[in-house]
Amino acid sequence: MQPLTEIVSRTVVLRERNIDTDQIIPARFLTTTERKGLGKHAFNDWRTRPDGSPDPHFPFNRAENIGARILVAGRNFGCGSSREHAPWALTDLGLRAVISAQIADIFRSNALKNGLLPIVLDETIVDELLAQPGVELRIDVARRSVTLPDGRVAQFPLDAFAQTCLLEGVDQLGYLLKQADAISRYEQQRQSQELRHAS
Amino acid sequence: MTSQPKTLFDKLWDAHVVTPETDAAPAILYIDLHLIHEVTSPQAFAELDARGLPVRRPDRTKGTLDHSTPTLPPTADGRRPYVNDEARTQVDTLRANCARFGVELFDYDSPQRGIVHVMGPELGLTQPGQTIVCGDSHTATHGAFGALAFGIGTSEVGHVLATQCLLQRKPKTLAITVEGELPPGVGAKDLILHVIGVIGVNGGTGHVIEYRGSAIRSLSMEQRMTVCNMSIEAGARAGLIAPDAITFEYLRGRPRVPQGEAFDAAVAQWTTLRTDEGAAFDREVRIDARDIRPTVTWGTHPGQVAAISAQVPGSADADDTKARDYMGWAANDAIAGRAVDVVFVGSCTNSRLSDLREAAAVLRDRRVHPRVRMLVVPGSEQVKRDAEREGIADVVRAAGAEWREPGCSMCIAMNGDIVAPGQLAVSTSNRNFEGRQGKGARTVLASPATAAACAVAGEITDPRPYLTSVLAAETAPHAGTELETA
Ligand code: SF4
Repeated sequence: MQPLTEIVSRTVVLRERNIDTDQIIPARFLTTTERKGLGKHAFNDWRTRPDGSPDPHFPFNRAENIGARILVAGRNFGCGSSREHAPWALTDLGLRAVISAQIADIFRSNALKNGLLPIVLDETIVDELLAQPGVELRIDVARRSVTLPDGRVAQFPLDAFAQTCLLEGVDQLGYLLKQADAISRYEQQRQSQELRHAS
Repeated sequence: MTSQPKTLFDKLWDAHVVTPETDAAPAILYIDLHLIHEVTSPQAFAELDARGLPVRRPDRTKGTLDHSTPTLPPTADGRRPYVNDEARTQVDTLRANCARFGVELFDYDSPQRGIVHVMGPELGLTQPGQTIVCGDSHTATHGAFGALAFGIGTSEVGHVLATQCLLQRKPKTLAITVEGELPPGVGAKDLILHVIGVIGVNGGTGHVIEYRGSAIRSLSMEQRMTVCNMSIEAGARAGLIAPDAITFEYLRGRPRVPQGEAFDAAVAQWTTLRTDEGAAFDREVRIDARDIRPTVTWGTHPGQVAAISAQVPGSADADDTKARDYMGWAANDAIAGRAVDVVFVGSCTNSRLSDLREAAAVLRDRRVHPRVRMLVVPGSEQVKRDAEREGIADVVRAAGAEWREPGCSMCIAMNGDIVAPGQLAVSTSNRNFEGRQGKGARTVLASPATAAACAVAGEITDPRPYLTSVLAAETAPHAGTELETA
């Protein structure tokens, strides 16, 4: 994974609350066996009109939003399924951060493994951001802070381990593989316990 | 020495910690059972290939085919009617991966294949005290056995394949205590929809729920699975119910549980899996079972629920307005009486034998309304066989509904079983998100009895009048003297 230290970008805004994974990437696009290329299906059913043509009003169809790296969304973003296709689709669109007043657990965990930073901010600040799409924000991963357009700095919670992984591009599977001895010890201990119970 | 009282969750967590969490790093949690399916595993196996890694514990890994599998039987030339070539490739990829890595796969030729969360318990792969994960958010279903079971993403599927472990921060605990007796004709699905309505779709975020109380204890295992299944719809990582005599009787004799004396030894062990007196939860919610009515969703997330006898809320809240518009309701519309196009009985929430019995009790000697297309999809080959043996399949077909092969089907609508744009589906599945059952499809979540009653009536309706013979048998002093209703 590439290290992620800072994100400076204008925002794209989806005001809806409870944006679920079926909206982010509808299930009929899950037959893929790849991680790449899902961006073209992101928000498919909101992006297209009933005749299949792109809806010019949908934020991700608008020229000024191409290349934006920060999505601001209503509360409880990413609820629903465990499909990692959701963060894959968002990063494939170029996004590196999602800001919301609440982010669903599995989505948050999946996002962090794909260099997509889930940022939970105070509802009043999120409401301000939802009301003014396209403002420029600066996100500092080391300081866990977002600099707002008027210069105020908002802090966000970020697990220390997740932060290190982002800043240093740590590969979590590599980290786990290094614990092989501890895992073997645990397995042996469990096995001897189970034998004791069975006898 | 007295030790600190522990919750059931604490006991499960502590028993699986390989290395404890610190500020700097999450805990490493050992996984006893890893269930995989075709949709969320291919990229994880690709990761193993890229690094030249084996599956650490193929014996603790079990695969099934369910999500993109057709529910129509193979054609005369033996070909499965996949929705597209990609779906076929996805299934073939899982098959190849299981063969290469030595993982047992419940393939089409297995008499035990089924929806991952139906098959695991049915075989007794699911046992109390285990940690269970699957790349599917409804893994919480297995929590009904007192197992810590939760859904993971594909990167984590790779982690478990390679190391049998996950990096996890310890979640918080939420006790949901449901006391009292459920009114007649009200079941587990109504209960969990009601609970989600009370705590909200994000009410469980960051928490593991333990369902407790007399109403929970009186549920059968299949009903408990329906309850735990939908924990994720309240945002919770997992749902748990302490194992008891009902759990042990369900498991006794299942193919993958210990047999004979070893089973009794296991039961002695499992009996300790309960929350100690005085153990503290981070949060507690109490619900009175007597308040629960036959319940459905009216909106586009599982927290937008109401009793069937109620009205769609008239609130001006932006989300409620958007949901009403999508679903085609006006504010304060009566829920009952709305015309229905499709009825789906199936999914890991409600596709077990007791669910199909419940639907069949309504359909028996009745016809599906001519306007309605009804699909009944058993959760596993085992359920299908049992239901056919009991005559349930005949009742379903005689009523004019379709009897299908096991799979996820219209729950996720990725195998070609879809609801058309604008149609209203009453579904026993777990998600009513916009487009979940097909682009533009409108979903009303309901119990199997409600779904079947709606199919017969051709509109949303309270199931209780259709259950009179069943209810009379339940409450009559001489149960078994069946009162026939026309
Ligand atoms: S039935 Fe639905 S919720 Fe259950 S495993 Fe299949 S797709 Fe997931």
